[in-house]
Amino acid sequence: MEASVTLKKLKERFPGSILETHSHRGDDTAVVKKEDILKICTFLRDDESLLYNFMMDVTAVDYIGKEPRFEVVYHLYSLRYNRRFRVKAGVPESDCSIDSIVSIWVSANWFEREAFDMYGIQFKGHPELRRILLYEGFEGHPLRKDYPIKKRQPLIGPMN
Amino acid sequence: MGVEIQRAGVSPDSLKNLTDSEDSGHLLEGSVILTKLESIVNWSRKYSFFLYPFVTACCGMEFMSVAGPKYDLDRFGAALPRFSPRQADLLMVVGTISHKQAPILVKVYNQMTEPKWVFAFGVCAVSGGFYDNYATVQGIDTLIPVDVYVPGCPPRPEMVIDGLLKLQEKVAKEKWSDWPKGASPVSKC
Repeated sequence: MEASVTLKKLKERFPGSILETHSHRGDDTAVVKKEDILKICTFLRDDESLLYNFMMDVTAVDYIGKEPRFEVVYHLYSLRYNRRFRVKAGVPESDCSIDSIVSIWVSANWFEREAFDMYGIQFKGHPELRRILLYEGFEGHPLRKDYPIKKRQPLIGPMN
Repeated sequence: MGVEIQRAGVSPDSLKNLTDSEDSGHLLEGSVILTKLESIVNWSRKYSFFLYPFVTACCGMEFMSVAGPKYDLDRFGAALPRFSPRQADLLMVVGTISHKQAPILVKVYNQMTEPKWVFAFGVCAVSGGFYDNYATVQGIDTLIPVDVYVPGCPPRPEMVIDGLLKLQEKVAKEKWSDWPKGASPVSKC
């Protein structure tokens, strides 16, 4: 399978950083250590046989009750080779931060702000990490599974 | 006094019919000119609403339907949508209002000149609807005073027309002392 070239190269290059891989129905996925996310992403973008030059999505998942609790998910696409790749990095609640990849792909800027907005994950090195969809003054991060479902936000006044 | 009215071509009986108000006979016992003026002003107001459609969501399709030729709000005098709040006197809040949208709605309400009325069109505007979540205002009456609530997801055109007729009944019974109402109680925008 041509698509697994990426996984093979990644395992060769970063044997200690790749925790888990799978290729279910051709969707290549690598679970990596969060400390190495910058190195791995730079390699994926710059290696001549990979060239993942299109950062399509950054998002997060809350697996409450598991460790690590959060997972940051990156979706990459190589325009040159017409390949897609998914990178996941676990982020524990105790150290809820990961390196920002804005320095690699500028398009990650707003995605990381959204993930911060909704999950409260800090992206270290982000040029302007503030809320993007919700407003300043919003309390909490609403897509966390422990966000109270009936919580009311104080925006407009005492009646709300 | 009666002679003057006769000269103007309006008899007290015809004015009484104009008002459509059951208690206009009672009002006649008080200050005749003043009560009649109130009634006739209310009568003209209720048949000449200038809408401001504050359309944020799918209910907008139903608003187009009810404002269009098939159901035709024009039949009840609510004909002209104005796209400046300063030219409008009926604020139609059509759709879901999010927390981020809320200050804009309050600002539009405060920009409208009095007298003004508010029509909550659809269940999201009435109570937040099924959007009981972090992003949605749980009913626009937490922001601005509302005159008519029309629930439904979306409401049938018949319900909207019924709501408009209810609003007309309400306007017909208003007093001078009901106005001005002032800014929204939550406005700091």
